[in-house]
Amino acid sequence: MATTTRTVEVALGTAGVDSDGRAVRTPMTVTENGQVTTLEPPAMGIAPELEGEHLLINIGPQHPATHGVLRLVLELDGETVVRCIPHIGYLHCGFEKIGEYRQYNQVIPWTDREDYLNSIGNNVAFSIGAERLFGVEVPPRCTVLRVIAMELSRIISHLVWLGTTCIDLGAFTPFLWSFQERENVYNLLESWVGARLTTTATRVGGMAADIPDGWTDQLRNFIRTFPKTVDECDRMLTKNGIWVGRTTALGVMSADEAINYGLSGPMLRASGVAYDVRKDFPYLDYETYDFDVPVGSNGDVYDRYLVRVEELRQSTRILEQALNRLPGGPVNSEDHRVILPPKNRAMSDMESMIHHFKQVMEGPRPPIGEVYVPVESPKGEKGYYFVSDGTAKPVRWRIRPPSYVNLSAISKMVEGHLLSDVIAINASIDIVMGEIDR
Amino acid sequence: MTIPFSPVLPGSASPGAAPPATPRNLPQKGGEPNPSAAAIAAKFPALFVRSEVIWGDTNVYVHPHGVTEVVRWLHDDPAERYDYLSDVTAVEFRDFEQPLEVVWHLRSLPYRRFLRLKASLDKREPLVVDSVWPIYKGADWLERECYDMFGITFTGHPDLRRILMWETYREGYPLRKDFPLRGRFSRAEQLRQALSITTEGRYSMEELSVAQAFEDLPEDMRRRLAGGERTGE
Repeated sequence: MATTTRTVEVALGTAGVDSDGRAVRTPMTVTENGQVTTLEPPAMGIAPELEGEHLLINIGPQHPATHGVLRLVLELDGETVVRCIPHIGYLHCGFEKIGEYRQYNQVIPWTDREDYLNSIGNNVAFSIGAERLFGVEVPPRCTVLRVIAMELSRIISHLVWLGTTCIDLGAFTPFLWSFQERENVYNLLESWVGARLTTTATRVGGMAADIPDGWTDQLRNFIRTFPKTVDECDRMLTKNGIWVGRTTALGVMSADEAINYGLSGPMLRASGVAYDVRKDFPYLDYETYDFDVPVGSNGDVYDRYLVRVEELRQSTRILEQALNRLPGGPVNSEDHRVILPPKNRAMSDMESMIHHFKQVMEGPRPPIGEVYVPVESPKGEKGYYFVSDGTAKPVRWRIRPPSYVNLSAISKMVEGHLLSDVIAINASIDIVMGEIDR
Repeated sequence: MTIPFSPVLPGSASPGAAPPATPRNLPQKGGEPNPSAAAIAAKFPALFVRSEVIWGDTNVYVHPHGVTEVVRWLHDDPAERYDYLSDVTAVEFRDFEQPLEVVWHLRSLPYRRFLRLKASLDKREPLVVDSVWPIYKGADWLERECYDMFGITFTGHPDLRRILMWETYREGYPLRKDFPLRGRFSRAEQLRQALSITTEGRYSMEELSVAQAFEDLPEDMRRRLAGGERTGE
């Protein structure tokens, strides 16, 4: 197992933590008159009759710390994990199969339910891919609104990650703070598209709705207050002895290993690889925004935490720039192959009505071809791969799920760690089972 | 002691290249091909079938028996350095005569390149292709999913078993075009099978054999396990 050295200046002396931030376990017992007695730590080594006996334990699929219906079968030697065999598929719904029986716009609601912490980001990712397949360009206002949508969903997803990971490791307060802020983002989304979780906010060639009046002021208000919450969580955790002790040197992946295992997103960047789809294969004009890509140096759970917290700040920066440049104009493309005619014309003009009818009943038909457009989702590189044979329904609709590939490295990451650290490592992957099982 | 730290920077192998930008107004066919396509054609004339550019991405078709060789070269060659495997998947077309395609999405982080490698498998013959797991560890679950959904066997994969469907699933391969949307069996039969599965069926044979549990297994299960079977039931 790779070892890392790091120096974290721990803010307060914390009981049970040594000067390096590692947990010190001292068995304690209470005597009859209420006095606490410290015992000598037990001698190292295992009792001979227990040596070599491995225990098989099962975590999940119904376990709160597995963040969904993940099931891990662990082979333990004492408390040390010898082998981990993950079982997935409990949430498999056949999204890709269903997508082959639906028109392109009808698939968009399925993308909500796949990575459900990032639903509006998935909508945008789907639309970008489908538009490239159709050869449609969207107006500038739509592009900027989509950037806002993607960054808001990144904030939601990272906040849920922060809150639930804190719960897993025994900290309750940051959970409340982050879910409070997440509520604010959901309120913004609700006033924009009418739904909180299952947004279905985009269409091929545009958006379902433009933002309402006064929405930008609400978003500016959020951008002003949100960094305070990030700072609070930062102060609470980054130099906290317990947090540092429970996250450092766990689940270490070196840069080469992380690339070879196909990790992406904060998992890959924590290992010191500055790969961000927004920078390296840009979409939605991300190359014109000024933001930084945080990179870790040790590739452990603590680095993944630092990277995600910094990404929250960078997302806020992008949101601010997007708001400042938000142009006027239409949100939908004028390409009649994919966009419905205006309702008043469809009701009064025969040609438009026929067009509307054929568009809804038969659906727009892309040319023969295939497209894979990756985007930087909060979990990593997410891409939709479309193959079209010229009909209104895709021949193949493939989701490249980032947390599926990230989770496949868990067997390697937990090997040799303690059982309680499995929970921390699993939390650091930021899995969403809806996306893994699809 | 601190370990000297230098981040891996994508695009570092081609410092003079123009900064990447959002692609606009891409043509459906044609356009600038990925230079690796010509390099594969020159290096492996016997394995190379054809290449094309669709919506800005380069597709390279190779013979199925030469996939490992081409991918290993792409991974190792200092002028290519395709170090990142994005995806392994397959495509089956609605036309039965059209062959099934296995698709590898490869990415070169140092050169910022993207290549789609394809191999066509005739559906009348066994669907077998080499695994790229020895080159990319990330291919493990991707190939297992491909096997689970399409029934393609990846030779050389260390642990090729179903991943999203359960191991005793008997209805076939869900993403094949001859698989009906609602499944092959009736709801009653699906329910009967789901309820009849035993606790042991939830574990693989390999897991059940851990530690002392092997001694407690039924005789036939121990025999099957010794014979190399992996599935409980």
